[in-house]
Amino acid sequence: MTGRLVIGEDSVPRLPRHCKMRFDKARDRWVILAPERVLMPDDIAVEVLQRCKGGNVATIIDDLAAAFDAPRETIARDVLAMLQDLADKGVVEA
Amino acid sequence: MTAPEPPLALLAELTHRCPLQCPYCSNPLELVQRSGELTTDDWRRVIDQAADMGVLQIHFSGGEPTARPDLPDLVRHAADAGLYSNLITSGVLLNRDRLATLDAAGLDHVQLSIQDSETETAERIGGYKGGHRRKLEVAGLVRAAGLPLTVNAVVHRQNLDRLEAMIDLAVALDAARLEVAHVQYYGWALKNRAAFMPTLEQIERATETVDAARARLAGVLVIDYVVPDYYARRPKACMGGWGRRFLNVSPAGKVLPCHAAESLPELDFDSVLDRPLDEIWRQSAAFERFRGTAWMPEPCRSCDQREVDWGGCRCQALALTGDAGNTDPACALSPLHGQVFELARTESASAPPAFVYRRYGNA
Ligand code: SF4
Ligand code: SF4
Repeated sequence: MTGRLVIGEDSVPRLPRHCKMRFDKARDRWVILAPERVLMPDDIAVEVLQRCKGGNVATIIDDLAAAFDAPRETIARDVLAMLQDLADKGVVEA
Repeated sequence: MTAPEPPLALLAELTHRCPLQCPYCSNPLELVQRSGELTTDDWRRVIDQAADMGVLQIHFSGGEPTARPDLPDLVRHAADAGLYSNLITSGVLLNRDRLATLDAAGLDHVQLSIQDSETETAERIGGYKGGHRRKLEVAGLVRAAGLPLTVNAVVHRQNLDRLEAMIDLAVALDAARLEVAHVQYYGWALKNRAAFMPTLEQIERATETVDAARARLAGVLVIDYVVPDYYARRPKACMGGWGRRFLNVSPAGKVLPCHAAESLPELDFDSVLDRPLDEIWRQSAAFERFRGTAWMPEPCRSCDQREVDWGGCRCQALALTGDAGNTDPACALSPLHGQVFELARTESASAPPAFVYRRYGNA
């Protein structure tokens, strides 16, 4: 067993094996499928999770700051809080 | 009336056969025989229809779903249709090879039930010798296969005092999630209610235990826990509301809004053998009967919670008030709430009667 996962800029986040993100045609939106749960991630969460491809959080933040032309500080705060929340729910591993 | 949203999940009750005989089983007293079960092709068609109408998850359950030799075929079929698949199992029929086959077929998740943390009581409750030890082995095999594991512990007066040990067991088994589920009194469980009804003191201690464990195990183990109905102030939104989120297909092919709905004699349920699934979901009389809020009597009709809990559970309303169309008496606003609370108090204070085990011909 492990302790509580704390997400930092060095973490390499990914969806755990028991969660799947896919596009749902019937509802025309992205969904995360987890045991006994269906999560409907908001647009920002979708942008972040789609970038979880083996890079660390710092890279994801840089990428988003460039893509949305937004201050890195703001993006960093939002991304870290969101990933931490998902990690506490067991929807993100690192 | 506007068209209902598509359901999120399908509960596929493949069979009522089960090597265990838990007296709290929520299966109906009248169990479907093997000869009455849907065929593999029937289930394939149901899975395709479910995926087409927007279902995202399939829970293979029963009875014991692994009693069906075609389970891997159905898991593969569900995976091909893009469904997230969960196996709800007692585990005792699984071994390394069968798990490897299910894993290769695309199974996403395993939910394994335990009856207690201690072998002797666990096996007395499940009515299956050697079952507990087998489950512990199978949990190890599930994790060794790399499959994610949820442990499901049904709790009641005869095991609640070992809740802490059950939580520790879930951690030791490397489960990511633990469901602490109070007995829900439908089917066999209703027949055995007095043997299971916990005391209010047990409930209060259990809530404290869960709160403490959640804090201690944040990020390690997710614990799902809901205060049981008879002692609650508000009912739970049964199945997320009648005909809103889930549908259940029985071993014989009946399409139900919840797995206990066959206890409602006033309703006729359509079969997947006669009508397509989405038509049943959208139009069948049984789904329309309690969908939304139009059917509600007072105090629900004018209550601001009516689209939160949807008036609670219809099967419980029937079992406790004699009318499925009443407010669930788990709600403190129901005129019958006090009576239900007293019933729970009285039953939990008297010596537990012997179990009526769940098996064919024992109802
Ligand atoms: S509750 Fe027990 S008897 Fe009922 S299906 Fe599950 S394992 Fe079998
Ligand atoms: S009165 Fe009805 S809608 Fe209001 S809280 Fe109670 S059960 Fe829910």
